[in-house]
Amino acid sequence: MVSDWSSDQQAFKGVPWGKAMMWIFLLSDTFIFACFLVGYMKVRITTTAPWPDASSVFALTAFGVKVPLLLIAIMTFILISSSGTMALAVKYGYQKDRNKTFVLLMITALLGLSFVGMQAFEWMKLIEDGVRPWENPFGAAQFGSSFFLITGFHGTHVSIGVIFLTIIAFKVKRGSLEDGRPGFLTGRKGRYEMVETVGLYWHFVDLVWVFIFAFFYLW
Amino acid sequence: MADATTQQHPLRTYFVVWGALFILSVFSYLVDVSPLEGFAKWSLITLFMLLKAGLIVSIFMHMVWERSSIALPILLPTGVLLFLMLLMLLEGDYIHSTRLAFFGS
Repeated sequence: MVSDWSSDQQAFKGVPWGKAMMWIFLLSDTFIFACFLVGYMKVRITTTAPWPDASSVFALTAFGVKVPLLLIAIMTFILISSSGTMALAVKYGYQKDRNKTFVLLMITALLGLSFVGMQAFEWMKLIEDGVRPWENPFGAAQFGSSFFLITGFHGTHVSIGVIFLTIIAFKVKRGSLEDGRPGFLTGRKGRYEMVETVGLYWHFVDLVWVFIFAFFYLW
Repeated sequence: MADATTQQHPLRTYFVVWGALFILSVFSYLVDVSPLEGFAKWSLITLFMLLKAGLIVSIFMHMVWERSSIALPILLPTGVLLFLMLLMLLEGDYIHSTRLAFFGS
């Protein structure tokens, strides 16, 4: 690392700058989410009111049986599946297999969209149950504020990811990356690294969900 | 160098990691529905969480194949967050005890 950084050329050898910048953005995003999660940890430690039991708050009744965290488990599996299709899309992108990359990117985007849909459903259900950022019928008031802040921020990330995935998917489809055509907004030449860069963002969204799932829903 | 710019790895690697992520998720869900409580539950949840995070970052985000000049600047600063967590943990305990002392219940 020291020799790379002191080499007087470029520090990130072999890494396209778009990818390096995405990594640095993700690092800053890590800090944002970490601050949210640490803040959540702190309000949960300091409150004197009992913390609501996530397993029962997020339980759904399916076929007459109350299953704890049913929707959350489905959302987790959907996001992991989308991460897998994304990884494959990056691989086929570098192989310049336009059709496979397009299909895999679109599957990823659709899975992401269904995730956002389920999250909207979950929010509606909780709001119906009387959960608000300032109070809720299950226990500590901080539960609502942490929940809406953290899952809302994560859901926003997923939604933005879906938009970017769709854009890149259509760029792949019409061959903009293959021919190095400049983009409409930025004028950057299309390259297949773009698929990997948007992939990094998408995997990061999945990564954040891993932590939210563990800390918020399971803990 | 060539493999750093175009990441090419066998399909098998991705499918194995994908499967592992599914299995780990099932495990962490099972921990939640199981009667495990306290330290056993927390440590298992954290273990599965860290394993999943590690797999995603190292394989799906190709971190194991990157040079250390990009991997370390990204991974090391996150360690600072652990320190923040530790500080807030100590502070939180103190605030909690103060609240109990002054507000009761």
